Parts: sequence; C-alpha cells; structure tokens
Amino acid sequence: MLNYILGRLLTFIPTFIGVTLISFSFIRALPGDPIQVMAGERGVSAERYAELSAQYGFDQPIYVQFWEYLTGVLQGDLGNSFVTKRPVWDEFFALFPATLELSLFAMIFAILLGLPAGVIAAVNRGKFFDRALMSTALVGYSMPIFWWALLLIIVFSGNLQWTPVSGRIDLLYYFPNPTGFMIIDSLASGQEGAFTSAVRHLVLPTIVLGTIPLAVIARQTRSAMLEVLGEDYIRTARAKGLSPGRINGIHALRNALIPVITVIGLSVGTLLAGAILTETIFSWPGIGKWMVDSIFRRDYPVVQGGLLLIAVMVMIVNLTIDMLYGVINPKIRKR
Amino acid sequence: MDDALSSEAAMVNDRPGRLREFWFYFRENRGAMIGLAIFAVFTFLALFGPWVAPHDATAQFRDATLQPPVWQDGGTWTHILGTDPLGRDMLSRLIVGARFSFFVGVFVVCIAATGGIIIGLIAGFSPKWLDSIIMRIMDIVLAFPSLLLALVLVAILGPSLTNAMIAIAIVLQPHYVRLTRASVMSERQKDYVTSARVAGAGTMRLMFVTVLPNCLAPIIVQAALSFSTAILDAAALGFLGMGAQPPTPEWGTMLAEAREFILRAWWVVTFPGIAILVTVLAINLMGDGLRDALDPKLKRS
Repeated sequence: MLNYILGRLLTFIPTFIGVTLISFSFIRALPGDPIQVMAGERGVSAERYAELSAQYGFDQPIYVQFWEYLTGVLQGDLGNSFVTKRPVWDEFFALFPATLELSLFAMIFAILLGLPAGVIAAVNRGKFFDRALMSTALVGYSMPIFWWALLLIIVFSGNLQWTPVSGRIDLLYYFPNPTGFMIIDSLASGQEGAFTSAVRHLVLPTIVLGTIPLAVIARQTRSAMLEVLGEDYIRTARAKGLSPGRINGIHALRNALIPVITVIGLSVGTLLAGAILTETIFSWPGIGKWMVDSIFRRDYPVVQGGLLLIAVMVMIVNLTIDMLYGVINPKIRKR
Repeated sequence: MDDALSSEAAMVNDRPGRLREFWFYFRENRGAMIGLAIFAVFTFLALFGPWVAPHDATAQFRDATLQPPVWQDGGTWTHILGTDPLGRDMLSRLIVGARFSFFVGVFVVCIAATGGIIIGLIAGFSPKWLDSIIMRIMDIVLAFPSLLLALVLVAILGPSLTNAMIAIAIVLQPHYVRLTRASVMSERQKDYVTSARVAGAGTMRLMFVTVLPNCLAPIIVQAALSFSTAILDAAALGFLGMGAQPPTPEWGTMLAEAREFILRAWWVVTFPGIAILVTVLAINLMGDGLRDALDPKLKRS
C-alpha cells in the first residue's frame, strides 16, 4: 500500500514541473511585450524599460527565469496582478471560496438527483421510467450550459421574477465574510433576509453547473448497477429471499458506487470548466470569471498563476481519488 | 434466411461482412437511427446551407428588426423564426451557421484523432522510458480543464474560429492517445501479433496493419463523442467572444450577440441554443449506438 502511494506521489512531481513549465511559457507566448502592456498607452522610456525588465527578471536567460519562477511558485509567490497590483496568490484564495461554494452545491445537486435516477433506471431496465430518465440524461449531457443558463434566466428571472440575475447576494446586505461561504456567512450575520437572498442567488447557478455532472452520474450509476445486478451474489441474495429494496439499496448500490465515485472525481475538471461559463453568465465573483476577465484584460500574471493553481488543484483531486480507489479496491494496488 | 446469408458472407469476405454486421446492430437502436437522420439533415445544411436559406445570412432588413417568429403577433412568413436586433433573418443565419459547427467537428476530430492515434501507437510500441515521457506529457495536458486551456490557447493565438479549432483539437487529443495506447497494450500480447512478428513484420507494419485495425472500435466511439464536444466547446468559445467573430453566423457567437436582448426577444436566444442542443444530441445518440454496435460484450447479452 505504501509503495502504491509513494509511486503515485512520484508521478506527481514531473507532472507538476510540466504544468509549471506550460503556465510559465504562456506569459512568453502571449502576443505583445508584457512590459509594454503594463505601461499601457502612455508607453515607457528606454531606461525605465530596462529597469522594469531587470525588476521582473526578463533580462535573464530563459532557464534562469524558469528556475526563479519555479522556486517562487513553491514559496507561494506567483507575482502580482498587472491591474490590481495585489499578489495573484492572495486574489486566487480570496475568490476561491465563491467557486468552491458553487461547485459543492452543484455536486450535491448532481449526486442527490443523479444517484436515485440511475438506480431507478437500472431497476426498471427497458421500461418507461428507464427510457424517460435516460433520454433526459442524454439531453442534459448534450446541453450547451451557457444557453441553458440564459433559458433559466428568461423563465425564472424574467417571466416569474423568482430569482435574481447576477451576483451572490443583494447589495443591501453587508457583513464580514470569515468563511467566504455566502450561505454560512449570511446565516451567521443574523441580518434578516440575508440568508434567503444568498440562497436565491445560488439556485440558478447551481442548477446550471450541476446539469452535466447530474447527467453523467445518472448514466454511470445506471450502467454500474446493471453490471452488478447481473452478478451471482445478487442472485444468491434474491434466492435467500431478501427484499428487492434491500438487494438494490445495499448489496447492489454499494458495489456499483466504486465506478460512480471515480466519475464524480473526474467531474472536478469538468466542473471548473463549467464554472468559467456559469460564473461569467451569472457574474458570480469566483475563479472562473476572474480568469476570463484577466484573459480579456491581458493580465498575464493572473492568467499564468490562475492556470497553474487550477491545474494543481485538479491534479491533487485526481491523486486523492486514485489513492482512495486503491483503498477501496485492493486489486488496483497490485498493478 | 437473411441472417444465414449475412453470416456466410462474413466468412467468405471479412470486411463487408463486418460492416454489414455493424449496420445490423446499429439499425436495431432506434435512438441511433433518429440521431443519424438528424445528422444527415445537419450535414446537408452544412454543405448546401447558403442555397437552402431563404435570405442572405448577413442581409439586414432595416424595417424588420427584432421581429418575432411567425406564430406570434407581429410575425410574418418572410421571417419564419423572426429577425435579430440588426434585422437579419434568424432561420437563414441558423441554416448557414450549420457549416461552421460541422466544419469544427470534422476538423477537430481529424486532427485530434490522427495525432492521438499516431502518438498512442508510438507510446504502445516504444520502450518504457519513452512511453512514460509521452504519457506524462498527456497527463500534463489533461490536468488543465479543457475549456480553460482552450481559452488561454486562443488568447495566445488570437480569437478566431480557426484558432479555436486548433485549441480544441490540442485539448482533445490526449484522450485518443490514452485510448489507443491502452488497446495497443492489450492487443500486443495476443498470439496473432507475436506470429506476425515472428513472420518478419517490421514495427511499422505491426503498428498500422496488424494492431491498429483491432483497436479501432473504441476510437470510433471516441470520435463521435469528441465531435459533439468540439461543437459544444467551439460554441462556448464563441459565446465568450473567443471563437468565431461577428458577423459570422456561428451558433455560439449568435448567442453572445443576443445576450442583452434575452428579456425582450426570447427568440434570438432560444433558437441558436436549440440548434446546438439538437445537433449535439443527435451526435451523442449516434455515439451511443456506435458503442453498443461495436462493443462485443453487449452484443452477446
């Protein structure tokens, strides 16, 4: 087991260096000289240019620059944003809770609906429920979520006026954000209506971001359940006279969960990609919107640092899932 | 009787028999057939769109801006699905727009699949160290969320549909590498490969003639899936302003242009989205059908 964990950790290191190398090369591959961009329309004198390039290390050989960058990254130094002048690291972790909150709720939404839908479809294989649920899941899986968001806005914000169009909370409310989770902070602030407002802001983005994971989980649960339901021990359980609820709920679902957990883990990358679109549409102040805005503002250090932090986060999640998988399923460790 | 004939044909001549067997199973799947029918219409519109469309896709009818579709008050038969804020005919733009999505799908799948298959074959046949290097590089690309990586690539290359396609192809390629390598790994140990090697087949011949045809089934399924992913991602990039640029009637770009009118004119937002959804859904239905028809495990059950 220890060998397995160490082996997995060892493959993490070259991947990490590669990811750093890619995000490092982006700032040099982007069109335009970074210092000219920083100087803006007023331009910059030759002396000042030399001074600035010495300050940012652009006059050094490329491998020295990379080494400096890599050591900086390991110490949590990702440079400062061109626009706000604040450290990229601080900005990332100030906005991250918003994305985390949205992603967590989207995932909970997807799992709470997806698992039962998959189980019901598998148990009723080939019948009406199965076909209806799986057709819906395929539609969800094919959904352009940016359009789905606009549709929901038309219906629920435009026609019905149930939910607000953008942001995390009404501007009326102001309170400190110790956890960064609007749902918790608004409740803790004790202001009347703050919690309801936060929930109403969260509903549509959660549905939009959760749609594709929901469809994927429902499809995966169904196929895993079908596979397990064909096993001998299920027949044994049936022969012993266990109730269908007990067979499906305990014996089958528990074993069907392993591939489903993998799919849930793999959705983290999808979720972050979806967060880019969802946050842009709903003006949700999280990592996705921050990245898109920075790309348009040509804020290179932010694009570079954000790309790296997001990739490392996805890698850590995948690594954790790999290890959990090794714990759950001993067969994997042997490979 | 018919079945007996087709299995006999399969024995006499391998390739058409395989195709016929595939078609037999694919035809059984109603969803896949519906998908195929929609895809045929989509292909037709992609090829002949400008000749089918009732109006020029960029012509502006100044006296008919934001006209609702025909079944609503104020709609006319001249503009069946209404007009956009600049007075351009929605139906014509949607029809002409089909070719952009179609082209994106074809281009991305060709580039990503060709590159991915070749790299995957090399990884599967090369010594362990080279294999490890290739797979680590693929891990690195896969560590970035695909849409984000595509966005940044387009930011570097400059926003246009061509660059969006290149970016999406790069992002989707590692899936083909992994898939090809995994099937090469399992095929390589089989006896027929060993006997081909003993008979004196070179590495190139082993790769492309002996092993590759037996690895194609999952790759074909993946091709269908990435066709739809490519269309979705290109539309998303267009929506974010990083794909096709206005006035190109690409569906995602149309949605981006229509965004500010969503509460006033539902049709400018609804129809491009339906076009994307229906196309992607049709391709995914076909993909599911392909998978079931090509997967021998499911066939026997």
